[in-house]
Amino acid sequence: MSTPTYSVLGTRPIRHDGADKVTGRAIYGADVHLTGMLHGAVLRSPHAHARILRIDTVKAAALPGVKAVITAADFPQGPDRIVDLGEGDTPLSYIRGNVLAIGKVLYRGHAVAAVAATNAHIAEQAAGLIQVEYEVLPCVLTAPDAMREDAPILHEDLETTELGKKSGKVSNVAVHFRHVLGNSEEAFAQADVVVERTFDTATVHQGYIEPHNATALWNEDGRIHVWCSTQGSFVVRDVTACILDVPVQRVRVTPTEIGGGFGGKIPVYIEPVAAMLSKKTGRPVKVLMSRREVFEGTGPTPGSHMTVKMGVDKTGRMIAAQASLAYEAGAYPGAMVGPGGMCVFASYNIANVTIDGYDVVVNKPSTAAYRAPGATNAAFATETVVDEIAEKLGMDPMELRLMNAAKEGTRRADGPKYRRICCVEVIEAMKNHPHYSAPLEGPNRGRGVAVGFWFNAALPSSCTISVNADGSVNLVEGSTDIGGTRTSIAMQAAEVLGIAVERVNPTVVDTDSVGFTGVTGGSRTTFATGYAAYEAAQDVVRQMKERVAKIWEVEASAVNFEKGAFSAGEKSMTFAELSEKLGSTGGPVVGRGAVNPRSAGGSFSGAIADVEVDPETGRVSVLRFTSIQDAGKAIHPSYVEGQMQGGSAQGIGWALNEEYYMSPDGGMMNSSLLDYRMPTALDLPMIDTCIVEVANPNHPFGVRGVGEANIVPPPAALANAIYRAAGVRMNRLPMKPSAIMEAIWAKGN
Amino acid sequence: MPGKVLVNTTINGEATDFRCEPRQSLLECLRDILQLTGTKEGCNDGNCGACTVLMDGRPLTACLVLGVEAEGRNITTIEGIARGSKLHPLQQAFLEEAALQCGICTPGFIVSAKALLDRDKNPSEADIRLWLANNLCRCTGYDKIVRAVQKAAAEMRA
Ligand code: FES
Ligand code: FES
Repeated sequence: MSTPTYSVLGTRPIRHDGADKVTGRAIYGADVHLTGMLHGAVLRSPHAHARILRIDTVKAAALPGVKAVITAADFPQGPDRIVDLGEGDTPLSYIRGNVLAIGKVLYRGHAVAAVAATNAHIAEQAAGLIQVEYEVLPCVLTAPDAMREDAPILHEDLETTELGKKSGKVSNVAVHFRHVLGNSEEAFAQADVVVERTFDTATVHQGYIEPHNATALWNEDGRIHVWCSTQGSFVVRDVTACILDVPVQRVRVTPTEIGGGFGGKIPVYIEPVAAMLSKKTGRPVKVLMSRREVFEGTGPTPGSHMTVKMGVDKTGRMIAAQASLAYEAGAYPGAMVGPGGMCVFASYNIANVTIDGYDVVVNKPSTAAYRAPGATNAAFATETVVDEIAEKLGMDPMELRLMNAAKEGTRRADGPKYRRICCVEVIEAMKNHPHYSAPLEGPNRGRGVAVGFWFNAALPSSCTISVNADGSVNLVEGSTDIGGTRTSIAMQAAEVLGIAVERVNPTVVDTDSVGFTGVTGGSRTTFATGYAAYEAAQDVVRQMKERVAKIWEVEASAVNFEKGAFSAGEKSMTFAELSEKLGSTGGPVVGRGAVNPRSAGGSFSGAIADVEVDPETGRVSVLRFTSIQDAGKAIHPSYVEGQMQGGSAQGIGWALNEEYYMSPDGGMMNSSLLDYRMPTALDLPMIDTCIVEVANPNHPFGVRGVGEANIVPPPAALANAIYRAAGVRMNRLPMKPSAIMEAIWAKGN
Repeated sequence: MPGKVLVNTTINGEATDFRCEPRQSLLECLRDILQLTGTKEGCNDGNCGACTVLMDGRPLTACLVLGVEAEGRNITTIEGIARGSKLHPLQQAFLEEAALQCGICTPGFIVSAKALLDRDKNPSEADIRLWLANNLCRCTGYDKIVRAVQKAAAEMRA
């Protein structure tokens, strides 16, 4: 098959919002300023688990400058029901309860009450004057502890769903699922090498630099307008409407520029609170979270406890695998263990697999998505075991992976059979990369590799394109732009229309102004909203052909369109020439695209890491790092590389430093950016990238989402590198200096 | 609550005065009083660098300085980096090198990097990484930021 040649795709234009973002003009959520605006503050629980006995707001309300104080009691209290607001079926009571605690607080940082005042200092002071009487309850902080028979129970009405059925048993295990393929027990009996290891990973945060924010105006006409930085304006609209018990028509959400999300800005926290404060005061209210609130009051990604067992025959063929994954959901069910179960062995073709997953509630913040949520934990376990098997077989770890790589037709234990995927190509690219064969000299140094998979989301997207008389077009979309997607979407429209991408004006608009669009998440924006832009552009071309046909008095079907020019027989006209004539041939041309792709097609990624371990301190330095990923078609290669580099950096931080450091009574001890140690420029080397391009059959230009899979391999690649550098197998994240020293000492004994 | 204080200062080359409470940080004064919202807040405790501004040419985190400390000083914010309608070479290089994704850290990085290039016309990669270690970026992994600073430095030397 010949590769199509493109004129716009694959180039590296300057992003449309670039000038605004390098001059400080771009308006992010915290920059919204409305006339008469008040400032809100939220009071949060100091306890990890407690019953709320009484809330006294009198003193707070009496402070000069305070305009309103609210608690959960101020919100509609309708009966509980199951809602699907973009993240699967969830009881409304969980969403409500996380916005403002009802009856019980389930983690330190759980929102309890909120205040609106004339300035932020007064609001904060007033929040401190709210008196809450608690009955403190014992707390439970890890999945294994929460699964014990005698564990304190978070939700007295949470019945375990055991293999698809309600079990009648109340526990902290919301769900236990199992995927079975073949018969792993029997197959293990045939295996020549079996490795089984248990792993623990700490809770980590997405760590976006911009804290959550929301400004809301509940107007006299009953309309509610919310401005906020969110990954999904329609999610905010639907959740806010649900919690306030108003029809969605009355809620309009304007997504501002957003300072990072990585999955953490999908859930709704303060938007309904700001709206209710606005209702009570009759004025717009802005609520900003502090960094501490971001750590303690928003959703990090689950800590986990996992056992992985894999068996191979003498030749290295993987014949059996088992995994038991227990993920911490935090306060409400919904740990990303489902995706963990889908991804744990997704890179390999194994005929006999059993995967058990446990969604376990604990007294920590309710978890949220974080870049390939659930997959990184699982890959840390699997890829470490695979490395150990390669060592036992005396096989090159890349050869072992290549030999067992999943391909088109491979069935995953959770059901799906792969269409065209690129696991083999990614592994081959790793093997052939100069980094893999480069000499690595010096003591205490080692190289490690790992691969990872993420299935990518599809979800609906909408877009319209209107043609201007000068041959430029306006593109209207609903996907928040977190990393250059205005441009990667505009490029797809430009390619269809045969015009320069600079001739496309992309704008992200509010929920009243564009069709439903799913979240900027799941690596889906360039894929799905790009697909919608492709469809809208095709619609423009179709309408424009009719205009040409009218002018030339030919059949529309006789008109060709190629490289920005219409032609029929000898006649030809450029897109721009025709654009001038729209007024006289029937009026404006507006194209529409609305898509709901069935499947996005997953993405594979690999990492090669060189480290040096200081045997005196346990400090790990990353000397060289290469990220390899399948992009289908890289629309804007710089931003594809950027995703790979960013995901790698987050994976490195997750691997080496980051964790929620908890006190026994459930307090996060390191809720600042000083103590929650994310990588700085000084901690990282340049991050090499290698983009593999094999067209995705699910997208007209072959695009695959690239936002997430890149975070999956780094922790395992680093663990494998650390083993070669220091001789210790790490089974715990983060692999911080103290953990490495303990492992080194334990080996010495 | 103590009364407001009048502060006379220079911001981006223009004589500016504002009234603030003694407890208000320079970051608050810039953002909330003067509507210079280009300077961002990521932590409000000196650990992310999103609020970096120059005071008499020295980079500092505006969240850790009081508004009243701006008295008589010369403040440069991201809004004062471009020369009229022409972007500073750093701004141009950030765009060309795709050194921003979400862009929330970008003002802080550009202001910090400007302070570096004002002092050192030819910093090494290690110099750049050390200097910029005060600024957190969660999106890019720093690779393209470092390259953008190198590119701008080369441009400015030319
Ligand atoms: S806001 Fe000032 S350093 Fe983070
Ligand atoms: S570009 Fe998002 S934090 Fe730097």
